[in-house]
Amino acid sequence: MTPALEVRDLSKNFGGLRALNDVDLRVDKGEIVALIGPNGAGKTTFFNCVTGIYQPSSGEIYLYNPDKTLLNGKKPNVITALGMARTFQNIRLFGEMTALENVMIGRHCRTSSGILGAIFRDKKTREEERATIDDSYALLEFVKLHELWNEKAKNLAYGAQRRLEIARALATEPAMLLLDEPAAGMNPQETIELKELARDIRDSRGVSILLIEHDMGLVMSLSDRIYVMEYGGCIASGTPEEIRANPAVIKAYLGESDA
Amino acid sequence: MSRISKAFFTALWFMLLTLPVMGIKLNLMENRVDWRLDRVLYLGVAAFFLSMLWTWLFSRKKRNLPLIKAPAFIKIDFYGLSANRAVRRGFFASLILGLIAVPLLASFYQTNIMISAMLYIMLALGLNIVVGLAGQLVLGYVAFYAVGAYAYGLLHQYFGFGFWICLPVGGILAALFGLGLGFPVLRLRGDYLAIVTLGFGEIARLAMLNWTSLTGGPRGISDIPRPGFFGIPLNINEATIYIYYLALIAVCLTVVVVLRLKNSRVGLALQAVREDEIASEAMGIDITRAKLSAFALGSCWAGFAGVIFAAKTTFINPASFTFMESAMILSMVVLGGMGSISGVIIAAVILIMAPEYLRAFSEYRMLIFGAIMVLMMIFRPQGLVSGEKRDYQVSALARKEADAQ
Repeated sequence: MTPALEVRDLSKNFGGLRALNDVDLRVDKGEIVALIGPNGAGKTTFFNCVTGIYQPSSGEIYLYNPDKTLLNGKKPNVITALGMARTFQNIRLFGEMTALENVMIGRHCRTSSGILGAIFRDKKTREEERATIDDSYALLEFVKLHELWNEKAKNLAYGAQRRLEIARALATEPAMLLLDEPAAGMNPQETIELKELARDIRDSRGVSILLIEHDMGLVMSLSDRIYVMEYGGCIASGTPEEIRANPAVIKAYLGESDA
Repeated sequence: MSRISKAFFTALWFMLLTLPVMGIKLNLMENRVDWRLDRVLYLGVAAFFLSMLWTWLFSRKKRNLPLIKAPAFIKIDFYGLSANRAVRRGFFASLILGLIAVPLLASFYQTNIMISAMLYIMLALGLNIVVGLAGQLVLGYVAFYAVGAYAYGLLHQYFGFGFWICLPVGGILAALFGLGLGFPVLRLRGDYLAIVTLGFGEIARLAMLNWTSLTGGPRGISDIPRPGFFGIPLNINEATIYIYYLALIAVCLTVVVVLRLKNSRVGLALQAVREDEIASEAMGIDITRAKLSAFALGSCWAGFAGVIFAAKTTFINPASFTFMESAMILSMVVLGGMGSISGVIIAAVILIMAPEYLRAFSEYRMLIFGAIMVLMMIFRPQGLVSGEKRDYQVSALARKEADAQ
């Protein structure tokens, strides 16, 4: 299997606090991998390190798209351009912009017209703009939001906002997609739709997915492999069946039995 | 009922507070106190009605009703009309024709007012790129205006350069200054950015004031030539009309450029940076580049306006570039609605024209200005024009419509 994302011995210190402690993680191409763990285990810190929002204290992060690239020290926008996109736990859409415009922002790193093109509107710029609008609309159709294309993002329902964030991330043409609690706040029906959407993204677009999620039903049925984190370290990894039977995971989630 | 009693007590309280100032007058000639209770009473009546109006406006705001509703017998659908292409074109065509006719019909004095209004429109639209689109609160914007004006003044004084060479040079110099300010403030946001840019504006003004050997200090630079018209000498009236048309062309160009910029890939990226820096970075936008281009573009426009200003007045000194000017330009952007082009133009015209034509009330100018700002912030914080959505032509939707027919 060729890897899509490889993380070796990743650590992150905030002052004296060690938020991540030598985490190893690997996502293969076309895989859906889940990252679970109790609150405060360091899952979102891990995402922020991988996407360049935080600088890791030590360790290496490699992205394969298709060449192996070291991501340490790169700025978030460079990492996105290299082929990694993410969504946020607390939805970070551009609220005053319409759904279509939000997705168009995602196309930014795959388009190139600059200030002079904007002022003179030459043929290339107009064609690029036309393509951006149509591609973005197609992505809204993909996440079934096309009927709301001209609504402001802040006026959309919660589930719709989550899907719009996914569409915006897909617009950057990622090879690796990171989803931070995509099902949080969704009702059971929406969660089922999300599961189908995630599979569709993998199957039809060949995007590998790494997701943080607390909904165990979703995690167990969706992911190929699972990593479990606790206190900044990785305590277990394996297929859903292996994780379900792992005593260390049960201990982390349910606490130690008295017997 | 409670509204009336509330207004009544407000009026009573107001009368009590103003009694010593308004109601009592010491007559030093005859050493007695004149009671002028009638004046206090008039004030009380005025306060009563104003208070009624105030609470009524607030109750409408609370119920989310518009403050002013067009009466039912006017059945014109303004929104429908503004969406109609022919009507819109007709409106803009007549507006342009009207503006072209102004210097031929109006007096010298009024043409001059129009020129300064147009300069402020340019400035406000330039600041709108930085504050309205990119969301970077800049309080020292007038510094870039000064850079443009002084570029022309100094280049003419020392090297004898003419207007047409200095116009692009002034714009580029101002843009460079914008970049120079942009680099150190990249990491700052909100209040901190405002403080630093305020300081920058003051530094620029103090430099102009104290670098006497170069800038002439408070004496400024005089005898700056008006723009040449193919070498034909113009008298002051003709030159003013000529500058009017130059300014008009400059404003039209500014509107077109800012409008296109706003709707472009770059403009969209700037708006994304305004909304959420972390999310826009994660979506592949280089925020360093976005912010620097906003600074450079915005200050470039101030530079152009500065050169035209120097050519119009033929005399510049640091007194024209105080913080008041920056505040005025910023108020135009805020009053018009952040990022809205039509709103900012309307606000600039109102804020420049109103004091000129209301000279009778000039003592109360700042008072009225302050009151308007407070009222706007309470009842319409988003500005005169807001919530505009751009029309996107989506091919898939156009096809669907064509199939349906």
